[in-house]
Amino acid sequence: MSDSSTVAGREHLLALLQEEQEKTGHISEQFIEQTAKSSGLAVSEVYGVATFYHLLSTRPLGRNVIRVCKCVPCYLKNSQLVLETIQEKLGIAPGETTPDGRFSLLLTNCIGACDQAPAMLLNHDLHGSLSPDKITKILDACP
Amino acid sequence: MPEKRIVLKNCQVIDPRDINTYLEQDGFKALKQVLGMTPEAVIAEVKASGLKGRGGAGFPCGMKWELARKSAGSDKFLICNADEGEVGTFKDRYILQNDPFTLIEAMAIAAYAIGAKQAFIYLRAEYHYLLNGLVDAIDQVKAKGFLAHLNIGIREGAGAYICGEESALMDSIEGKRGEARYKPPYPPSKGLWGKPTIINNVETLMNIPLIMLNGAQWFHQIGTEKSKGTKVFSVSGDVAQPGVCEFVMGSQLDEIVVDWAHAQDIKMVQVGGATGAIVPYPMIKTPLAFETVLGSGAITVFDKSRDTLDFVSRTVEFLAEESCGKCTPCREGTEVMLEILGRIANGDGQPEDIRTLEELSNIMSISSLCGLGQAASIPVMDTLKYFRSDYETRIKQSVFLRSLRSQ
Repeated sequence: MSDSSTVAGREHLLALLQEEQEKTGHISEQFIEQTAKSSGLAVSEVYGVATFYHLLSTRPLGRNVIRVCKCVPCYLKNSQLVLETIQEKLGIAPGETTPDGRFSLLLTNCIGACDQAPAMLLNHDLHGSLSPDKITKILDACP
Repeated sequence: MPEKRIVLKNCQVIDPRDINTYLEQDGFKALKQVLGMTPEAVIAEVKASGLKGRGGAGFPCGMKWELARKSAGSDKFLICNADEGEVGTFKDRYILQNDPFTLIEAMAIAAYAIGAKQAFIYLRAEYHYLLNGLVDAIDQVKAKGFLAHLNIGIREGAGAYICGEESALMDSIEGKRGEARYKPPYPPSKGLWGKPTIINNVETLMNIPLIMLNGAQWFHQIGTEKSKGTKVFSVSGDVAQPGVCEFVMGSQLDEIVVDWAHAQDIKMVQVGGATGAIVPYPMIKTPLAFETVLGSGAITVFDKSRDTLDFVSRTVEFLAEESCGKCTPCREGTEVMLEILGRIANGDGQPEDIRTLEELSNIMSISSLCGLGQAASIPVMDTLKYFRSDYETRIKQSVFLRSLRSQ
Protein backbone atom coordinates (compact mmCIF):
# COMPACT_ATOMS: atom_id res chain seq x y z
CA MET A 1 0.00 0.00 0.00
CA SER A 2 1.23 3.47 -0.78
CA ASP A 3 2.11 5.85 1.99
CA SER A 4 -1.03 7.92 1.90
CA SER A 5 -0.26 10.04 4.96
CA THR A 6 2.07 12.31 3.02
CA VAL A 7 0.13 12.61 -0.22
CA ALA A 8 -2.92 14.78 -0.62
CA GLY A 9 -5.71 14.33 -3.13
CA ARG A 10 -8.75 12.35 -3.95
CA GLU A 11 -7.13 9.05 -4.84
CA HIS A 12 -5.80 8.60 -1.33
CA LEU A 13 -8.91 9.70 0.49
CA LEU A 14 -10.33 6.27 1.21
CA ALA A 15 -6.93 4.96 2.34
CA LEU A 16 -6.54 7.98 4.65
CA LEU A 17 -9.93 7.34 6.21
CA GLN A 18 -9.20 3.61 6.59
CA GLU A 19 -5.92 4.42 8.32
CA GLU A 20 -7.62 6.81 10.72
CA GLN A 21 -10.35 4.26 11.45
CA GLU A 22 -7.68 1.68 12.22
CA LYS A 23 -5.66 4.04 14.41
CA THR A 24 -8.31 5.77 16.49
CA GLY A 25 -11.36 3.56 16.04
CA HIS A 26 -13.41 6.24 14.31
CA ILE A 27 -13.37 9.21 11.97
CA SER A 28 -13.98 12.39 13.93
CA GLU A 29 -15.48 15.63 12.67
CA GLN A 30 -12.13 17.27 13.28
CA PHE A 31 -10.34 14.67 11.13
CA ILE A 32 -12.87 15.14 8.34
CA GLU A 33 -12.27 18.91 8.35
CA GLN A 34 -8.49 18.50 8.43
CA THR A 35 -8.53 15.95 5.62
CA ALA A 36 -10.78 18.11 3.48
CA LYS A 37 -8.36 21.01 3.88
CA SER A 38 -5.21 19.01 3.16
CA SER A 39 -6.75 17.17 0.19
CA GLY A 40 -8.35 20.24 -1.33
CA LEU A 41 -11.82 18.66 -1.13
CA ALA A 42 -15.09 19.94 0.26
CA VAL A 43 -15.94 18.82 3.80
CA SER A 44 -19.16 17.38 2.43
CA GLU A 45 -17.24 15.17 0.00
CA VAL A 46 -15.01 13.73 2.70
CA TYR A 47 -18.01 13.26 4.98
CA GLY A 48 -19.84 11.59 2.08
CA VAL A 49 -17.10 9.01 1.67
CA ALA A 50 -16.64 8.50 5.43
CA THR A 51 -20.33 7.68 5.85
CA PHE A 52 -20.75 5.56 2.70
CA TYR A 53 -18.75 2.53 3.79
CA HIS A 54 -19.98 0.21 6.54
CA LEU A 55 -16.56 -0.38 8.08
CA LEU A 56 -15.88 3.31 8.59
CA SER A 57 -17.53 4.88 11.61
CA THR A 58 -18.04 8.53 12.50
CA ARG A 59 -18.93 7.48 16.05
CA PRO A 60 -16.23 6.23 18.43
CA LEU A 61 -16.19 2.43 18.70
CA GLY A 62 -14.87 0.15 21.42
CA ARG A 63 -11.40 -1.46 21.49
CA ASN A 64 -12.92 -4.65 20.10
CA VAL A 65 -15.54 -4.42 17.40
CA ILE A 66 -17.84 -7.41 16.99
CA ARG A 67 -19.71 -7.70 13.70
CA VAL A 68 -22.31 -10.45 13.70
CA CYS A 69 -23.44 -11.54 10.25
CA LYS A 70 -27.19 -11.12 9.81
CA CYS A 71 -27.58 -12.35 6.24
CA VAL A 72 -29.75 -15.29 5.21
CA PRO A 73 -27.16 -18.15 5.23
CA CYS A 74 -26.12 -17.29 8.81
CA TYR A 75 -29.75 -16.67 9.79
CA LEU A 76 -30.57 -20.23 8.64
CA LYS A 77 -27.91 -21.44 11.08
CA ASN A 78 -29.39 -19.51 14.00
CA SER A 79 -27.34 -16.30 14.02
CA GLN A 80 -30.04 -15.01 16.37
CA LEU A 81 -28.57 -17.19 19.13
CA VAL A 82 -25.12 -15.67 18.50
CA LEU A 83 -26.56 -12.19 18.87
CA GLU A 84 -28.54 -13.08 21.98
CA THR A 85 -25.51 -14.70 23.60
CA ILE A 86 -23.34 -11.63 23.02
CA GLN A 87 -26.07 -9.21 24.07
CA GLU A 88 -26.62 -11.10 27.29
CA LYS A 89 -22.93 -11.39 28.07
CA LEU A 90 -22.05 -7.76 27.35
CA GLY A 91 -25.34 -6.11 28.29
CA ILE A 92 -25.46 -4.05 25.10
CA ALA A 93 -27.70 -4.02 22.04
CA PRO A 94 -26.52 -3.86 18.42
CA GLY A 95 -25.06 -0.42 17.71
CA GLU A 96 -23.91 0.08 21.30
CA THR A 97 -20.54 0.11 23.08
CA THR A 98 -19.90 -1.19 26.59
CA PRO A 99 -19.40 1.62 29.16
CA ASP A 100 -15.77 0.52 29.70
CA GLY A 101 -15.10 0.92 25.97
CA ARG A 102 -14.00 -2.71 25.62
CA PHE A 103 -16.59 -3.89 23.08
CA SER A 104 -18.85 -2.54 20.36
CA LEU A 105 -21.54 -4.80 18.98
CA LEU A 106 -22.62 -4.32 15.37
CA LEU A 107 -24.61 -6.24 12.81
CA THR A 108 -23.13 -6.73 9.38
CA ASN A 109 -24.12 -8.05 5.98
CA CYS A 110 -22.63 -11.21 4.44
CA ILE A 111 -18.97 -11.66 5.38
CA GLY A 112 -18.38 -14.56 3.00
CA ALA A 113 -18.19 -17.27 5.63
CA CYS A 114 -21.51 -19.00 4.95
CA ASP A 115 -19.79 -22.42 5.00
CA GLN A 116 -18.95 -21.69 8.66
CA ALA A 117 -22.30 -20.15 9.59
CA PRO A 118 -23.14 -18.65 12.00
CA ALA A 119 -20.12 -16.39 11.76
CA MET A 120 -18.83 -13.04 12.96
CA LEU A 121 -15.86 -10.77 12.57
CA LEU A 122 -14.02 -9.72 15.72
CA ASN A 123 -11.96 -6.74 14.59
CA HIS A 124 -10.34 -8.23 11.46
CA ASP A 125 -10.55 -11.88 12.47
CA LEU A 126 -13.14 -14.33 11.25
CA HIS A 127 -14.83 -16.63 13.76
CA GLY A 128 -17.17 -19.26 12.38
CA SER A 129 -19.30 -22.24 13.49
CA LEU A 130 -20.21 -20.24 16.59
CA SER A 131 -21.84 -21.70 19.68
CA PRO A 132 -22.56 -19.91 22.97
CA ASP A 133 -19.56 -21.65 24.59
CA LYS A 134 -17.25 -20.71 21.77
CA ILE A 135 -18.42 -17.09 21.87
CA THR A 136 -17.79 -16.86 25.60
CA LYS A 137 -14.23 -18.11 25.13
CA ILE A 138 -13.57 -15.71 22.25
CA LEU A 139 -14.89 -12.68 24.15
CA ASP A 140 -13.08 -13.59 27.38
CA ALA A 141 -9.78 -13.64 25.48
CA CYS A 142 -10.22 -10.05 24.28
CA PRO A 143 -8.09 -7.30 25.83
CA MET B 1 -21.35 -36.31 -12.61
CA PRO B 2 -18.74 -36.01 -9.85
CA GLU B 3 -16.78 -32.86 -9.06
CA LYS B 4 -14.27 -31.74 -11.69
CA ARG B 5 -11.47 -29.57 -10.38
CA ILE B 6 -9.88 -27.30 -12.97
CA VAL B 7 -10.02 -23.89 -11.35
CA LEU B 8 -9.47 -25.42 -7.92
CA LYS B 9 -6.90 -27.98 -9.04
CA ASN B 10 -4.15 -26.57 -6.82
CA CYS B 11 -6.33 -25.82 -3.81
CA GLN B 12 -5.25 -27.96 -0.86
CA VAL B 13 -2.58 -29.44 -3.14
CA ILE B 14 0.01 -26.67 -2.99
CA ASP B 15 1.22 -24.73 0.04
CA PRO B 16 -0.21 -21.22 -0.56
CA ARG B 17 2.72 -19.76 1.37
CA ASP B 18 5.39 -21.39 -0.79
CA ILE B 19 5.78 -20.57 -4.47
CA ASN B 20 8.01 -23.61 -5.02
CA THR B 21 5.09 -25.95 -4.43
CA TYR B 22 3.23 -24.03 -7.14
CA LEU B 23 6.15 -24.29 -9.55
CA GLU B 24 6.05 -28.07 -9.07
CA GLN B 25 2.47 -28.01 -10.43
CA ASP B 26 3.47 -26.36 -13.73
CA GLY B 27 3.22 -22.93 -12.13
CA PHE B 28 4.17 -20.02 -14.42
CA LYS B 29 4.59 -22.34 -17.38
CA ALA B 30 1.59 -20.66 -19.03
CA LEU B 31 3.03 -17.19 -18.46
CA LYS B 32 6.39 -18.19 -19.99
CA GLN B 33 4.53 -19.52 -23.02
CA VAL B 34 2.39 -16.37 -23.28
CA LEU B 35 5.38 -14.03 -23.17
CA GLY B 36 6.56 -15.72 -26.38
CA MET B 37 3.27 -14.98 -28.12
CA THR B 38 1.81 -11.71 -29.40
CA PRO B 39 -0.87 -10.15 -27.16
CA GLU B 40 -3.31 -10.53 -30.07
CA ALA B 41 -2.67 -14.28 -30.21
CA VAL B 42 -3.29 -14.58 -26.45
CA ILE B 43 -6.61 -12.74 -26.81
CA ALA B 44 -7.57 -14.90 -29.79
CA GLU B 45 -6.99 -18.02 -27.67
CA VAL B 46 -9.12 -16.72 -24.78
CA LYS B 47 -11.84 -15.71 -27.25
CA ALA B 48 -11.81 -19.14 -28.88
CA SER B 49 -12.10 -20.84 -25.49
CA GLY B 50 -15.52 -19.26 -24.94
CA LEU B 51 -14.67 -18.24 -21.36
CA LYS B 52 -17.29 -15.94 -19.84
CA GLY B 53 -17.10 -13.84 -16.66
CA ARG B 54 -17.72 -15.77 -13.43
CA GLY B 55 -18.71 -12.83 -11.23
CA GLY B 56 -22.38 -13.01 -12.17
CA ALA B 57 -22.82 -11.07 -15.42
CA GLY B 58 -21.24 -13.61 -17.79
CA PHE B 59 -19.70 -11.27 -20.35
CA PRO B 60 -17.31 -12.99 -22.84
CA CYS B 61 -13.83 -12.53 -21.38
CA GLY B 62 -11.80 -12.50 -24.61
CA MET B 63 -14.07 -9.93 -26.22
CA LYS B 64 -13.64 -7.64 -23.24
CA TRP B 65 -9.86 -7.99 -23.41
CA GLU B 66 -9.89 -7.23 -27.12
CA LEU B 67 -11.86 -4.02 -26.56
CA ALA B 68 -9.31 -2.86 -24.00
CA ARG B 69 -6.36 -3.89 -26.20
CA LYS B 70 -7.76 -1.87 -29.09
CA SER B 71 -8.55 1.20 -26.98
CA ALA B 72 -6.21 4.09 -27.64
CA GLY B 73 -3.62 5.19 -25.11
CA SER B 74 -0.75 3.52 -23.33
CA ASP B 75 -2.10 3.79 -19.78
CA LYS B 76 -4.35 0.80 -19.20
CA PHE B 77 -5.38 -0.96 -16.03
CA LEU B 78 -6.27 -4.47 -14.97
CA ILE B 79 -8.40 -4.96 -11.88
CA CYS B 80 -9.08 -8.27 -10.21
CA ASN B 81 -12.45 -8.04 -8.54
CA ALA B 82 -12.06 -9.70 -5.14
CA ASP B 83 -14.93 -7.76 -3.59
CA GLU B 84 -16.92 -10.89 -3.02
CA GLY B 85 -19.95 -9.41 -1.27
CA GLU B 86 -22.72 -11.44 -2.87
CA VAL B 87 -24.75 -13.16 -0.16
CA GLY B 88 -23.89 -16.85 0.11
CA THR B 89 -20.75 -16.51 -2.01
CA PHE B 90 -17.35 -17.46 -0.58
CA LYS B 91 -15.59 -19.23 -3.47
CA ASP B 92 -13.15 -16.38 -4.09
CA ARG B 93 -12.19 -16.37 -0.42
CA TYR B 94 -11.42 -20.08 -0.72
CA ILE B 95 -9.34 -19.48 -3.87
CA LEU B 96 -7.41 -16.53 -2.40
CA GLN B 97 -6.69 -18.59 0.72
CA ASN B 98 -5.60 -21.73 -1.06
CA ASP B 99 -4.08 -20.72 -4.40
CA PRO B 100 -3.01 -17.07 -4.73
CA PHE B 101 -0.28 -17.99 -7.23
CA THR B 102 -2.57 -19.10 -10.07
CA LEU B 103 -4.44 -15.82 -9.70
CA ILE B 104 -1.23 -13.79 -9.88
CA GLU B 105 -0.03 -15.76 -12.91
CA ALA B 106 -3.40 -15.16 -14.58
CA MET B 107 -3.18 -11.44 -13.85
CA ALA B 108 0.29 -11.34 -15.38
CA ILE B 109 -1.12 -12.98 -18.53
CA ALA B 110 -4.17 -10.72 -18.70
CA ALA B 111 -2.11 -7.57 -18.21
CA TYR B 112 0.28 -8.65 -20.98
CA ALA B 113 -2.65 -9.30 -23.31
CA ILE B 114 -4.38 -5.97 -22.81
CA GLY B 115 -1.19 -3.94 -22.40
CA ALA B 116 -1.55 -2.91 -18.76
CA LYS B 117 1.49 -2.13 -16.64
CA GLN B 118 -0.46 -1.57 -13.47
CA ALA B 119 -2.93 -3.99 -11.93
CA PHE B 120 -4.96 -3.89 -8.74
CA ILE B 121 -6.60 -6.53 -6.63
CA TYR B 122 -9.67 -4.92 -5.04
CA LEU B 123 -10.07 -6.91 -1.83
CA ARG B 124 -13.19 -6.51 0.26
CA ALA B 125 -12.52 -5.14 3.74
CA GLU B 126 -14.21 -8.13 5.36
CA TYR B 127 -11.37 -10.27 3.92
CA HIS B 128 -8.63 -8.17 5.54
CA TYR B 129 -7.32 -11.37 7.14
CA LEU B 130 -6.30 -12.51 3.63
CA LEU B 131 -4.24 -9.38 2.93
CA ASN B 132 -0.88 -10.49 4.32
CA GLY B 133 -1.01 -13.83 2.52
CA LEU B 134 -1.70 -12.08 -0.77
CA VAL B 135 1.03 -9.47 -0.31
CA ASP B 136 3.47 -12.24 0.55
CA ALA B 137 2.46 -14.27 -2.52
CA ILE B 138 2.94 -11.25 -4.81
CA ASP B 139 6.37 -10.64 -3.24
CA GLN B 140 7.38 -14.26 -3.86
CA VAL B 141 6.29 -14.06 -7.50
CA LYS B 142 8.20 -10.80 -7.92
CA ALA B 143 11.32 -12.30 -6.35
CA LYS B 144 11.22 -15.12 -8.90
CA GLY B 145 11.23 -12.50 -11.67
CA PHE B 146 7.77 -13.26 -13.10
CA LEU B 147 6.40 -9.73 -12.72
CA ALA B 148 8.94 -7.76 -14.75
CA HIS B 149 6.18 -6.32 -16.92
CA LEU B 150 3.61 -5.61 -14.26
CA ASN B 151 3.08 -3.94 -10.91
CA ILE B 152 0.30 -5.47 -8.80
CA GLY B 153 -1.13 -3.40 -5.97
CA ILE B 154 -3.86 -4.28 -3.52
CA ARG B 155 -6.66 -1.84 -2.78
CA GLU B 156 -8.91 -2.61 0.15
CA GLY B 157 -12.60 -1.86 0.18
CA ALA B 158 -14.24 -0.46 3.31
CA GLY B 159 -17.48 -2.41 3.45
CA ALA B 160 -19.93 -1.91 0.57
CA TYR B 161 -21.72 -4.64 -1.38
CA ILE B 162 -22.20 -2.33 -4.36
CA CYS B 163 -18.42 -2.07 -4.86
CA GLY B 164 -18.54 -5.52 -6.45
CA GLU B 165 -20.28 -3.75 -9.35
CA GLU B 166 -17.42 -2.78 -11.63
CA SER B 167 -18.11 0.93 -12.05
CA ALA B 168 -18.73 1.42 -8.32
CA LEU B 169 -15.53 -0.53 -7.68
CA MET B 170 -13.54 1.89 -9.84
CA ASP B 171 -15.05 4.89 -8.06
CA SER B 172 -14.01 3.31 -4.78
CA ILE B 173 -10.40 2.90 -5.97
CA GLU B 174 -10.52 6.54 -7.01
CA GLY B 175 -11.35 7.40 -3.40
CA LYS B 176 -15.02 8.21 -3.90
CA ARG B 177 -18.31 6.85 -2.64
CA GLY B 178 -18.77 3.55 -4.43
CA GLU B 179 -21.68 4.48 -6.65
CA ALA B 180 -22.52 2.90 -10.00
CA ARG B 181 -21.69 4.99 -13.06
CA TYR B 182 -23.86 5.68 -16.08
CA LYS B 183 -22.93 3.41 -19.00
CA PRO B 184 -21.68 3.79 -21.66
CA PRO B 185 -18.79 4.46 -21.61
CA TYR B 186 -17.81 0.96 -20.57
CA PRO B 187 -14.58 0.27 -18.66
CA PRO B 188 -12.61 -1.23 -21.61
CA SER B 189 -12.75 2.19 -23.29
CA LYS B 190 -13.06 4.49 -20.25
CA GLY B 191 -12.57 2.98 -16.82
CA LEU B 192 -10.30 3.73 -13.88
CA TRP B 193 -9.29 7.42 -13.99
CA GLY B 194 -10.87 7.50 -17.44
CA LYS B 195 -8.35 4.99 -18.85
CA PRO B 196 -9.11 1.67 -20.56
CA THR B 197 -9.65 -0.88 -17.81
CA ILE B 198 -10.42 -4.56 -17.55
CA ILE B 199 -12.17 -5.84 -14.44
CA ASN B 200 -12.22 -9.61 -14.07
CA ASN B 201 -13.57 -11.69 -11.23
CA VAL B 202 -11.10 -13.90 -9.31
CA GLU B 203 -12.60 -17.12 -10.67
CA THR B 204 -12.63 -15.89 -14.29
CA LEU B 205 -8.91 -15.19 -14.12
CA MET B 206 -8.20 -18.56 -12.49
CA ASN B 207 -9.24 -20.24 -15.76
CA ILE B 208 -6.65 -18.41 -17.86
CA PRO B 209 -3.38 -20.30 -17.18
CA LEU B 210 -4.92 -23.69 -18.00
CA ILE B 211 -6.60 -22.35 -21.14
CA MET B 212 -3.20 -21.13 -22.33
CA LEU B 213 -1.45 -24.40 -21.42
CA ASN B 214 -4.06 -26.85 -22.71
CA GLY B 215 -5.43 -24.72 -25.54
CA ALA B 216 -8.77 -23.14 -26.30
CA GLN B 217 -10.12 -26.35 -27.84
CA TRP B 218 -9.58 -28.33 -24.65
CA PHE B 219 -11.59 -25.75 -22.68
CA HIS B 220 -14.21 -25.32 -25.37
CA GLN B 221 -15.25 -28.98 -25.23
CA ILE B 222 -16.05 -28.81 -21.49
CA GLY B 223 -19.54 -27.64 -20.54
CA THR B 224 -22.62 -26.73 -22.58
CA GLU B 225 -23.02 -24.95 -25.89
CA LYS B 226 -23.21 -21.49 -24.36
CA SER B 227 -21.36 -22.11 -21.09
CA LYS B 228 -17.83 -23.41 -21.40
CA GLY B 229 -15.67 -24.85 -18.66
CA THR B 230 -16.57 -25.45 -15.04
CA LYS B 231 -18.14 -23.35 -12.31
CA VAL B 232 -17.10 -23.02 -8.70
CA PHE B 233 -20.08 -23.09 -6.35
CA SER B 234 -20.50 -21.86 -2.77
CA VAL B 235 -23.00 -24.12 -1.04
CA SER B 236 -24.68 -23.06 2.23
CA GLY B 237 -27.94 -23.12 4.15
CA ASP B 238 -29.86 -26.29 5.01
CA VAL B 239 -27.27 -28.83 3.89
CA ALA B 240 -25.24 -31.43 5.77
CA GLN B 241 -22.02 -30.46 4.01
CA PRO B 242 -21.63 -26.77 3.18
CA GLY B 243 -18.54 -25.63 1.26
CA VAL B 244 -16.89 -24.91 -2.07
CA CYS B 245 -17.06 -27.32 -4.99
CA GLU B 246 -16.47 -27.24 -8.74
CA PHE B 247 -18.67 -28.83 -11.39
CA VAL B 248 -18.79 -28.85 -15.17
CA MET B 249 -21.15 -26.20 -16.58
CA GLY B 250 -24.57 -27.70 -17.17
CA SER B 251 -24.44 -29.98 -14.11
CA GLN B 252 -27.80 -30.41 -12.46
CA LEU B 253 -28.64 -28.58 -9.26
CA ASP B 254 -29.46 -31.84 -7.47
CA GLU B 255 -25.98 -33.19 -8.19
CA ILE B 256 -24.63 -30.39 -6.04
CA VAL B 257 -27.23 -29.91 -3.31
CA VAL B 258 -28.28 -33.55 -2.87
CA ASP B 259 -25.36 -35.72 -4.00
CA TRP B 260 -22.54 -33.43 -2.92
CA ALA B 261 -23.97 -31.40 -0.03
CA HIS B 262 -26.51 -34.00 1.22
CA ALA B 263 -29.51 -31.71 1.60
CA GLN B 264 -32.85 -33.22 2.65
CA ASP B 265 -36.50 -32.08 2.62
CA ILE B 266 -35.69 -29.27 0.22
CA LYS B 267 -38.29 -26.54 -0.27
CA MET B 268 -36.33 -24.31 -2.60
CA VAL B 269 -32.83 -23.25 -3.58
CA GLN B 270 -31.63 -19.74 -4.33
CA VAL B 271 -28.93 -19.69 -7.00
CA GLY B 272 -26.69 -16.66 -7.47
CA GLY B 273 -26.90 -14.71 -4.23
CA ALA B 274 -29.33 -12.10 -2.90
CA THR B 275 -30.71 -11.25 -6.33
CA GLY B 276 -30.48 -14.86 -7.52
CA ALA B 277 -33.24 -16.93 -9.03
CA ILE B 278 -35.38 -19.26 -6.91
CA VAL B 279 -35.52 -22.91 -7.92
CA PRO B 280 -38.37 -24.79 -6.22
CA TYR B 281 -37.81 -28.46 -5.33
CA PRO B 282 -39.81 -29.90 -8.28
CA MET B 283 -37.26 -28.20 -10.58
CA ILE B 284 -34.23 -29.53 -8.71
CA LYS B 285 -32.83 -31.14 -11.86
CA THR B 286 -32.34 -27.71 -13.47
CA PRO B 287 -28.94 -27.54 -15.19
CA LEU B 288 -26.67 -24.76 -13.95
CA ALA B 289 -25.33 -22.60 -16.78
CA PHE B 290 -25.49 -19.05 -18.13
CA GLU B 291 -28.49 -20.00 -20.27
CA THR B 292 -30.46 -21.26 -17.23
CA VAL B 293 -29.50 -20.11 -13.71
CA LEU B 294 -26.01 -19.41 -12.42
CA GLY B 295 -25.11 -15.89 -11.19
CA SER B 296 -22.11 -15.92 -8.88
CA GLY B 297 -22.56 -19.63 -8.17
CA ALA B 298 -23.97 -19.08 -4.69
CA ILE B 299 -26.28 -21.94 -3.79
CA THR B 300 -28.39 -21.42 -0.68
CA VAL B 301 -30.66 -24.30 0.29
CA PHE B 302 -33.92 -23.87 2.23
CA ASP B 303 -35.68 -26.88 3.74
CA LYS B 304 -39.42 -27.29 4.19
CA SER B 305 -39.41 -25.70 7.65
CA ARG B 306 -38.53 -22.29 6.15
CA ASP B 307 -40.99 -19.44 5.74
CA THR B 308 -41.01 -17.85 2.29
CA LEU B 309 -41.88 -14.35 3.43
CA ASP B 310 -39.33 -14.38 6.22
CA PHE B 311 -36.62 -15.22 3.68
CA VAL B 312 -37.77 -12.72 1.07
CA SER B 313 -38.10 -9.79 3.44
CA ARG B 314 -34.63 -10.47 4.89
CA THR B 315 -33.17 -10.59 1.42
CA VAL B 316 -34.81 -7.33 0.37
CA GLU B 317 -33.69 -5.75 3.65
CA PHE B 318 -30.12 -6.55 2.60
CA LEU B 319 -30.63 -4.99 -0.84
CA ALA B 320 -32.26 -1.87 0.60
CA GLU B 321 -29.31 -1.40 2.95
CA GLU B 322 -26.74 -1.95 0.22
CA SER B 323 -28.36 0.17 -2.51
CA CYS B 324 -25.86 2.97 -3.18
CA GLY B 325 -28.68 5.48 -3.39
CA LYS B 326 -27.66 7.12 -6.64
CA CYS B 327 -30.72 6.22 -8.72
CA THR B 328 -34.26 6.65 -7.48
CA PRO B 329 -35.85 3.37 -8.67
CA CYS B 330 -33.39 1.31 -6.65
CA ARG B 331 -33.01 3.59 -3.62
CA GLU B 332 -36.75 4.12 -3.12
CA GLY B 333 -37.94 0.88 -4.72
CA THR B 334 -36.02 -1.42 -2.39
CA GLU B 335 -37.28 0.56 0.63
CA VAL B 336 -40.92 0.45 -0.44
CA MET B 337 -40.61 -3.23 -1.30
CA LEU B 338 -39.14 -3.92 2.13
CA GLU B 339 -41.94 -2.01 3.83
CA ILE B 340 -44.62 -4.01 1.98
CA LEU B 341 -42.89 -7.36 2.56
CA GLY B 342 -42.31 -6.56 6.22
CA ARG B 343 -45.98 -5.73 6.58
CA ILE B 344 -47.08 -8.98 4.94
CA ALA B 345 -44.59 -11.03 6.96
CA ASN B 346 -45.80 -9.43 10.20
CA GLY B 347 -49.45 -10.17 9.45
CA ASP B 348 -50.46 -6.74 8.32
CA GLY B 349 -50.78 -7.31 4.57
CA GLN B 350 -53.35 -5.77 2.24
CA PRO B 351 -55.02 -7.57 -0.70
CA GLU B 352 -53.53 -5.07 -3.19
CA ASP B 353 -49.96 -5.58 -1.92
CA ILE B 354 -49.13 -8.32 -4.43
CA ARG B 355 -50.10 -6.14 -7.38
CA THR B 356 -48.06 -3.24 -5.98
CA LEU B 357 -45.04 -5.52 -5.62
CA GLU B 358 -45.39 -6.66 -9.22
CA GLU B 359 -45.68 -3.11 -10.58
CA LEU B 360 -42.78 -1.91 -8.49
CA SER B 361 -40.66 -4.83 -9.63
CA ASN B 362 -41.33 -4.03 -13.25
CA ILE B 363 -40.37 -0.37 -12.85
CA MET B 364 -37.20 -1.18 -10.93
CA SER B 365 -35.99 -3.77 -13.40
CA ILE B 366 -36.35 -1.48 -16.43
CA SER B 367 -35.21 1.81 -14.92
CA SER B 368 -32.49 1.09 -12.35
CA LEU B 369 -28.95 2.20 -13.12
CA CYS B 370 -27.12 -1.04 -12.34
CA GLY B 371 -27.62 -4.72 -11.67
CA LEU B 372 -28.52 -4.25 -8.01
CA GLY B 373 -31.77 -2.42 -8.68
CA GLN B 374 -32.46 -4.23 -11.94
CA ALA B 375 -32.31 -7.63 -10.23
CA ALA B 376 -33.48 -6.69 -6.73
CA SER B 377 -36.99 -7.94 -7.32
CA ILE B 378 -36.02 -11.39 -8.66
CA PRO B 379 -36.40 -13.20 -5.30
CA VAL B 380 -39.76 -11.46 -4.81
CA MET B 381 -41.06 -12.24 -8.31
CA ASP B 382 -39.74 -15.81 -8.26
CA THR B 383 -41.32 -16.63 -4.92
CA LEU B 384 -44.56 -15.02 -6.11
CA LYS B 385 -44.35 -17.35 -9.09
CA TYR B 386 -43.64 -20.57 -7.21
CA PHE B 387 -44.99 -19.87 -3.71
CA ARG B 388 -47.77 -17.39 -4.41
CA SER B 389 -50.13 -19.13 -2.00
CA ASP B 390 -47.70 -18.33 0.85
CA TYR B 391 -48.27 -14.62 0.16
CA GLU B 392 -52.01 -14.98 -0.41
CA THR B 393 -52.58 -17.08 2.68
CA ARG B 394 -50.65 -14.67 4.88
CA ILE B 395 -52.58 -11.70 3.51
CA LYS B 396 -55.95 -13.45 3.87
CA GLN B 397 -55.12 -14.36 7.46
CA SER B 398 -54.18 -10.74 8.13
CA VAL B 399 -57.43 -9.46 6.69
CA PHE B 400 -59.40 -11.99 8.73
CA LEU B 401 -57.58 -11.17 11.98
CA ARG B 402 -58.09 -7.46 11.43
CA SER B 403 -61.80 -8.02 10.87
CA LEU B 404 -61.99 -9.82 14.22
CA ARG B 405 -60.22 -6.97 15.97
CA SER B 406 -62.51 -4.35 14.51
CA GLN B 407 -65.68 -6.11 15.65
